[in-house]
Amino acid sequence: MARYLLKRIGFILISLFFIISITFILMKAAPGGPFASERKLPPAIEQQMNEAYGLNDPIYKQYADYLINAVKFDFGPSFKYTGQEVTDIISRSLPYSLILGLEAIFLALSIGVLLGVIAALNHNKFGDYIAMVIAVLGISVPSFIMATILQYIFAIKLQALPVARFESFAHTILPAVALATTPLAFIARLMRSSMLEVLHADYIKTAKSKGLNDRVVTYRHALRNAIMPVVSYLGPLVVGILTGSFIIEKIFGIPGLGNEFVVSVTNRDYTVIMGTTVFFSVLLLVSILVVDLIYGFIDPRIKLSGKGSK
Amino acid sequence: MKKLLEVKDLSISFDTYGAEVQAVRNISFHLDEKETLAIVGESGSGKSVTAQSLMRLVPMPPGKFVGGSIIFDGEDITQKSEKQMESIRGKDISMIFQDPMTSLNPTMTVGKQIAEGLIKHQNLSKKAAHDRGVELLKLVGIPNPEARIKQYPHQYSGGMRQRAMIAIALACNPKILIADEPTTALDVTIQAQILDLMRELQDKTGTAIILITHDLGVVANAASRVAVMYGGKIVETGTVDEIFYNPKHPYTWGLLGSMPKLDAEGEELQAIPGSPPDLADPPKGCPFVTRCPYAMKVCEQHMPDYKELSSTQKTACWLLDERAPDVEPPESAIVGGTEVHG
Repeated sequence: MARYLLKRIGFILISLFFIISITFILMKAAPGGPFASERKLPPAIEQQMNEAYGLNDPIYKQYADYLINAVKFDFGPSFKYTGQEVTDIISRSLPYSLILGLEAIFLALSIGVLLGVIAALNHNKFGDYIAMVIAVLGISVPSFIMATILQYIFAIKLQALPVARFESFAHTILPAVALATTPLAFIARLMRSSMLEVLHADYIKTAKSKGLNDRVVTYRHALRNAIMPVVSYLGPLVVGILTGSFIIEKIFGIPGLGNEFVVSVTNRDYTVIMGTTVFFSVLLLVSILVVDLIYGFIDPRIKLSGKGSK
Repeated sequence: MKKLLEVKDLSISFDTYGAEVQAVRNISFHLDEKETLAIVGESGSGKSVTAQSLMRLVPMPPGKFVGGSIIFDGEDITQKSEKQMESIRGKDISMIFQDPMTSLNPTMTVGKQIAEGLIKHQNLSKKAAHDRGVELLKLVGIPNPEARIKQYPHQYSGGMRQRAMIAIALACNPKILIADEPTTALDVTIQAQILDLMRELQDKTGTAIILITHDLGVVANAASRVAVMYGGKIVETGTVDEIFYNPKHPYTWGLLGSMPKLDAEGEELQAIPGSPPDLADPPKGCPFVTRCPYAMKVCEQHMPDYKELSSTQKTACWLLDERAPDVEPPESAIVGGTEVHG
C-alpha cells in the first residue's frame, strides 16, 4: 500500500512537471504580455517593468526560475494587481468556490444517485421516464441558461432567494443548483445504466433466492456494485466544481477562483496563470488518486499494489 | 414415499414485444422426499424457467403464470404473496446457479453472504451466523474455513466458489435444493467433486434435489429420476434406469445417441439435426415433430397423451399408440456396458 502510494505520488510529480512546462510554453507563445494595453506605455517604463519582473531574461532562465518557484509554491506578486501575492488571490477567492462546489457536489451526488436508482428500479415505467426526462434536460440545458432561469423564477418572480452576490447561505442556493444540474443529470444516467446491469447480475438472483426482500437486495447487494462508474466520474467532477465555474460566478457576481483563472489568462498575468494552473493540477491529480483509493475500498477485486500490472 | 412438491399443469409465458413466448407448457411432475430428480433438455427447453418458477424467481413481468399449480407443503406457491415467498426462499427451497463466477456478490465477503440467510431465517446473531458459516464451509470441504470465510469471492477458485454457493444454499437446511446446471461452468474434474459433494450432503441432510442439466453424464451420476423436457413440455419421465435402458421417446433416443461414448472409436458424434421449435409460435402437435425421424401425420396435429409404461415411466409419443408402426430405438441410443446408477 505504502509502495503504491509512493509510486502514485511519483507519477503525480511527473505529470505536474509536464503540465507546468506546457503551461509555460503556451503562455510564452501567446502574443502580448502583462503590460501590453491600449494606452501605450513609454518604452523606457515598459523596459524597466520587464526588467523588474525578469521578463527580459533569456527564455531558458525564465523557465528555470519559473520551475524553481513552482517547486517552492512561491508564485510571487501578481503582475496586474499591484501589491497582491498570487497566494493571496487564491486564498481569498477559493473559499467562495469551495463552499459553492461542495454544495453542488452534495446535490449532484445525492439526487443524481437517487434518480438513477429510482429509474432503474422502475425500468420502463413512469418513474424511469420522469427521472430520465430530468436527466436529459439537465444535460442539454447549459448552466448559464439554467442560472438565468433560476434567477428569474426564484429571485425575481417569487422573491424567495437573493438574485446574486455571496453573503449568506441563501445566496449560495441558486448558484449551487445551477452548478449541480449537469453533473446531477450525468450521474443519474450513469447510475441508471449501471444499476440496470447490476440488477440483472446472477448474484442479485442469489441474494433473492436467500429470501432477502427487495429493499435489502437493492441496498446491500446492488448499490455498492452499481456505484463504481459514478465514483470514477467523481474525481474530475470534484476538481472541476471545487475550482469554480467562471460562468456561474460571473452570473451570480461571486468573486470565486474560476473567475480569477479566466481573468488571469486574458490579462497575461503570468504569475497568476501559473499559480492557478499548478493549484488546479495538484487538486486534480490528488483527487484522482483519492478516487482510486476509494475504488479499491469499495471493490475488493481492485488490488492496490506497487507492482507494475494487476 | 411422501411427495414433497407437486407441479400440476404448470404453464409459464413471457410477454415480449412481438409475441407471447410459451416457455413452459402444461408440465406436471413431482418430487419425493430425499430423492434427486433430474430435469434434462437442451437450451431453450424451459428447464431453467421451470426451476426458477418453483421459487418464483422468474421476473414477472415479463414472465407470467398462465395456469397450473405448484404445491409445496400443501400450499400453492403460485398463489403466495411476495412476502410469503421471502420466508420460503432460502429456508425451505434454495438454489444454486450455473456460473459460480458471477453468482456471488464480488463486493461482499463469503462469510457475510452465508450469514445473510441465517440471520434472516434462523434469527441468529452475527456471531452465531459467522460460526455456523465456518461450519458450513468446513462441511462443503473448503480448507482453512476460519480464514476463508473472511475472504471475497475473487479469492476463491471456481470450484471453491461453487462449494461456497452450496454452503449458502444449504445454510438453513432447506427441504429442496434446486441446482441449475451446477457443474456446467466447471472443469470436468471439479464437476465430479461437486456432484460427489452434493450427493454426500444429501445423505447427511436428507435434502431433496432438483438437478437441472443438459449433461446426461451428470444425470447418470447423480439422479434417481429423470424428466426429459423439450419445447416447454416434459416428453418423458422415468427412473434413471428406465430412461437409460428403456427409453421410449425419440428425443430421449436422440439425447442418448448424442452422448460421447468411450468405446466408440473413430465414430462421429451423433447430433439431432434441426433446431428446437420457436416457443413464440409453438407447434400444434408434438414439439419434436420437425426433428423426429419417425414423425407421422398425427404428430403434426395432436399432442400425444402420456402413456404409462410402468408406475414410474411415462412417455408422450404417438409411436406408443397401438395403431403406430413398431419402431426400434436406433443403435446409438442403446446404452450398454457400464452400470448406470442413481
